[in-house]
Amino acid sequence: MPVIKVDGKDYEVAEGGNLLESCLGLGLDLPYFCWHPAMGSIGACRQCAVVQYQNEEDTRGRIVMACMTPVTDGAIFDLSGERASGFRQTVVESLMVDHPHDCPVCAEGGECHLQDMTVMTGHRDRHYRGTKKTYRNQYLGPLIHHEMNRCITCYRCTRFYRDYAGGTDLAALAAHDHVYFGRHREGTLESPFAGNLVEVCPTGVFTDKSLVHDYTRKWDLQSAPSVCTSCGVGCNTLPGERYGRLKRIHNRYNPAVNGYFLCDRGRFGGTHVNAESRIDFPAQRDSEGRFQALTDEACARALRDRLQGKRLAGIGSPRAGAEANLLLQRLVGAENYASGMADDEHALMQRALAHLVNSTAHNPSLREIESADAVLLLGEDLTHTAARTALALRQAVRNEAHRLAEELRLAPWQDAAIRNLAQDRRSPLHVVCAGSTDLDDIAAGHYRLVAADQARLASDIAAIIRGEARSDGAAARIAADLLAAERPLVLSGPGAGSAALLDGAAAIAEALVAAGKAAMLSFTAAECNSMGQALLCRDSHIALAALASTDAEVLIILENDLLRRLPMASVEALRARIPTWIGIDCLENDTLARCDLVLPAAAFTETEATYINQEGRAQRAFPTHPPAEARRPAWRWLLDLARAAGDRTLSGIGHFDDIGVTLAGEDPLLQGIASAAPDHSFRSRGLKIPRQPHRYSGRTAMRADVSVHEPRQTDDADSALAFSMEGSATTDRPGALLSYVWSPGWNSNQSLHKFQSEIGGALRGEGSGLRLLDSLAVAAATPAPLPEAFSRREQEWLLQARHHLFGSDELSRLGSGIEALTGRAAIYLHPEDASRLGLEAGDGAVIAGAALEVRLDPSQVPGSAGFSTGYPETLALRSGEWVNIDVASDWQRQPELIGSDRGAAS
Amino acid sequence: MSELPLTRNVRPDRSPTDLAAYEANGGYQGLRRAMAGMSPADCLEVVKDSNLRGRGGAGFPTGMKWSFVPMENVSPGHKYLICNADEMEPGTFKDRMLLECDPHQLIEGMILAAYTIGADVAYIFIRAEYLKAARLLREAIAEAKIRNYLGHDILGSGYSLAMHVHASAGRYICGEETALISSLEGKRANPRAKPPFPQVSGLWGRPTIVNNVETLCNIPHIIERGPEWFASLGRGDDAGTKLFGVSGRVNNPGCWEMPMGTTIREILEDKAGGMVAGYGLKGFLPGGGSTDFLVEEHLDLPMEYETIGKAGSRMGTGTMIVLDDKTCPVGFVKNLIEFFAQESCGFCTPCRDGLPWNAQVLDDIEEGRGTPEDLDTLEQHISYIGAIGNTHCALAPGAMEPLQSALKYFREDFQRHIDGGACPYREAH
Repeated sequence: MPVIKVDGKDYEVAEGGNLLESCLGLGLDLPYFCWHPAMGSIGACRQCAVVQYQNEEDTRGRIVMACMTPVTDGAIFDLSGERASGFRQTVVESLMVDHPHDCPVCAEGGECHLQDMTVMTGHRDRHYRGTKKTYRNQYLGPLIHHEMNRCITCYRCTRFYRDYAGGTDLAALAAHDHVYFGRHREGTLESPFAGNLVEVCPTGVFTDKSLVHDYTRKWDLQSAPSVCTSCGVGCNTLPGERYGRLKRIHNRYNPAVNGYFLCDRGRFGGTHVNAESRIDFPAQRDSEGRFQALTDEACARALRDRLQGKRLAGIGSPRAGAEANLLLQRLVGAENYASGMADDEHALMQRALAHLVNSTAHNPSLREIESADAVLLLGEDLTHTAARTALALRQAVRNEAHRLAEELRLAPWQDAAIRNLAQDRRSPLHVVCAGSTDLDDIAAGHYRLVAADQARLASDIAAIIRGEARSDGAAARIAADLLAAERPLVLSGPGAGSAALLDGAAAIAEALVAAGKAAMLSFTAAECNSMGQALLCRDSHIALAALASTDAEVLIILENDLLRRLPMASVEALRARIPTWIGIDCLENDTLARCDLVLPAAAFTETEATYINQEGRAQRAFPTHPPAEARRPAWRWLLDLARAAGDRTLSGIGHFDDIGVTLAGEDPLLQGIASAAPDHSFRSRGLKIPRQPHRYSGRTAMRADVSVHEPRQTDDADSALAFSMEGSATTDRPGALLSYVWSPGWNSNQSLHKFQSEIGGALRGEGSGLRLLDSLAVAAATPAPLPEAFSRREQEWLLQARHHLFGSDELSRLGSGIEALTGRAAIYLHPEDASRLGLEAGDGAVIAGAALEVRLDPSQVPGSAGFSTGYPETLALRSGEWVNIDVASDWQRQPELIGSDRGAAS
Repeated sequence: MSELPLTRNVRPDRSPTDLAAYEANGGYQGLRRAMAGMSPADCLEVVKDSNLRGRGGAGFPTGMKWSFVPMENVSPGHKYLICNADEMEPGTFKDRMLLECDPHQLIEGMILAAYTIGADVAYIFIRAEYLKAARLLREAIAEAKIRNYLGHDILGSGYSLAMHVHASAGRYICGEETALISSLEGKRANPRAKPPFPQVSGLWGRPTIVNNVETLCNIPHIIERGPEWFASLGRGDDAGTKLFGVSGRVNNPGCWEMPMGTTIREILEDKAGGMVAGYGLKGFLPGGGSTDFLVEEHLDLPMEYETIGKAGSRMGTGTMIVLDDKTCPVGFVKNLIEFFAQESCGFCTPCRDGLPWNAQVLDDIEEGRGTPEDLDTLEQHISYIGAIGNTHCALAPGAMEPLQSALKYFREDFQRHIDGGACPYREAH
């Protein structure tokens, strides 16, 4: 490893890095703006200047930018001398020429990298006497607030938005000191990753609109390590709370999963927990069908009355934590327990699980997905079903660029140079999907096929790789690209609704391994704990459709809206069949409305839970704040239910960790779930870990309107975290317990590097989450029959689900700002099909009773119809069904809005 | 009088030389010679030996630049030659004469350069306002294609070259070779960090050479007549001839080809006819708007890269801007700094935010609002912005050259502005 001299001291640093990341890794404070650990160096801001000397004799030296300077053995640098620090002060002073002094009213204030760096350089007095420039800000949609006057022109926003995330509608416009970062015209930012601008921007140009409107400074936010519940990827998050409201969600760094970035569904969807439709009190339906709130005592009595001596059945939930599901399964018995996924999806997840466990191909983490040098994506519009994984694929296709860079000995952090070198040369990505996808722009090939034909193509590709078949068509091209790679990845999922497709994906990966490739196989999962439910039910399970034929007297429904899983008629039949329904959930829905007893569940920000992502990684989320009113974590309600039912096996469970201790036994799955994070007895330097930063203010005042007496802080007996500003917040605390990032002089999220053992690498404390599938045994899946090739019908259309990042997920669609982006549920038709039906874009069409807006899409396979899945209007529609399409008679066309109207509306 | 190859086809009325006239006067002989038996390596050797240095401003040895282009073991794909005809340096109008009067000379030079580095596509990146030159070049390219000087299998040699004219969208920074490449790719005209140099990763990430118009116009003569002949054209250490120009209050502003090493006095007095009556020489920028002032004591220096460098300036484009004694040097420098601030691409902080700051300070001084501390601010910025390496490219350091030398030679003028609270030159008019 090279040894460099900085300010007269020798340091050993990692080979191949640049001086800036080396210095930061050594704990030396060196200010910077344009460099980003995930995006590398471009040398724009000139803030990380140091003086480099040629040798010991060189007394003059020259100013170099640390981010653009490779560390080489024997290199000599002066970081803190007058010349280097004077230069850095002048850089900040130049940036301040136009920066407004509006920190007191800026949403970034208190966690502003520009503030931190300004202080760090030592700059104090401004000499510029001229006027400051001002800009017109743009309306950028309901999620992001724009304030260009604060811009210091570091180019991070466009580098992230365009270069890293593939967006096209945000750009650096104009030139010299008028450079403007915005859209060509006002309008909602199109990238599903736009929210990362909030964290990428070193100052307050791009801020979180819902936070701006319901504002709290970072130092006043209480936060805890959490896991995103908006899809199956399991990104690590840091929700921030004050006054019992979720104020915002920030990224929580996990090098194996989401790294530095989230998708906008995850970042903005979480505020559904603030919705008006939250359930606050337990309630019982009275004789007139109205719900009456219950006191604790009355509730306990009602539970006893309804449960004692009764035969129980339970429906779990792929959006509830593993512990609550496990308790319900134990309470009702595995044979009376449904996973809560729709029956077809349950079967697909079981199949995906079986393939992942039994395949000789590697089941990759998200970070490993980024290392793939050829990708086959089967049946998923990934940007809408697992957006963060789509962002990982955008990095994977750059591996060709890194290979080219290696030939020229360009270091991986030489971002601009590598992009200029590679231009649009990419590692191959082949996308097979029912329509166009949001990854087509980087795809070497895209193939628009309905699910049956997708499965047939996958089967052909596998046969070609095995050498059993030949072709000169798409299958051969895809096979050739996969075989030319070293680390090919096959990625599929339940989105297309095809068992044969999952088998095909697994067969391709298997054939690639047999061909000597370090092949990877990955499947998406629809919800945050879908894989957990597949695991929990891997041996025993009752189908939702079979529940109606049991003799159960009480049905316990855990965090699940059955209308999303079953046809309405089946729900009604089940309701008629089982006399008592008890529902536990956080937001009103049509299932709770059918229950006899409703128990208010804590939302994901209010409960401890373990979620198992698509990779089989168990990750623990901790409550950010205690649940208000009579809300309680679902697992606590289930313990109450068990007590009321007289269940003795669960009666010894007192706090969260007891669930694992009591129930895990020899089961490696349950042992794994229990050890996903340090337990409640963990202490750092003998202390619990605070959720509140040490500057948390107003503790004695924030409830003064209710009572002048400061309430006692809520104890958290369930975890090693405390609802307090007191405790040990060291930089080496375990990743699973990283409640916030802060370090002296580093108030923004850029302080993260203080928590890393190396820049962009592992955390200093132990990592977060535990992979479960590596040590489990699951029976292999019986191969599904290969479906017949698709042939269109005269008067019927084959339905194919289309997933929408904003809208298809049950809860995130209620997030602040996201409601405005879900749009109407739509039906997608090939233009020729539409004209046969006499439909135009914007018209209404009726499918199986649902009136949907018609959208024309030339990528839709003729004879098939895409539909917005997961929308309230489309719950009755199922992928793979043949339907009639009729013209909606009394359809109101959506008025066309223009940008300025939206601006006024907001 | 010594030979002046570059302008031998320039007519007194500046009418363009067409293909027939160009050929009649010995044109395309260099190309014929090369295609008939010289290998690219032979051509490179000749250009290296000629000691030709880039005429765009930096004076980098052309042969050496070309030698960095990988010729073997290069991954399959194009290589590019780009002619930098984006002549926008303040006070510079030399390439325009070559483009408008003798387009085939440039095209022949480009074919030879492209052949030497193995490029199969060549671009002429031309200043947007040079409409006439762009039209003439397009016509000349069409003529050359018909005669098989361009296109497929040139003169039966097996070598093929496509040539295109691309009009700039009009930014000074496009004259910086990597910004030019970015612009040609359709991106913002931001310069690129080096390494990697364009010779290995340039246009579309492929090996690329960018040469100035005048540089390339020398190539046919060097190939045809040889390096010794070329060296003999110069009077001193530097080889060849050079287009020199003078603007300002002189009797005969213009542009002339003269041997390298001609003294400044000869250019100013013999060609430009000396100062207009009633005006004295206060100083001059020897090589365009981004070079340091020289003054009367430097008049007998020869225009050579090293000599001008030692005197504290740069030969730049070789086109002088004369500052007379009735023009305010503060206003003169302010005008230049405002130009460069306006032309900053906006990529790096010192240039983007530092140049306008300097323009504002100079405006304050010029308008009588200056303070003694303003001179400290200017001095501080000279070390902050003025050094190559402090900024992303050479624009801002170049922009600071007139300012830093004005403070050196004309500091008294700055002081008089501040002390008197007004521009002392305004009364003189």
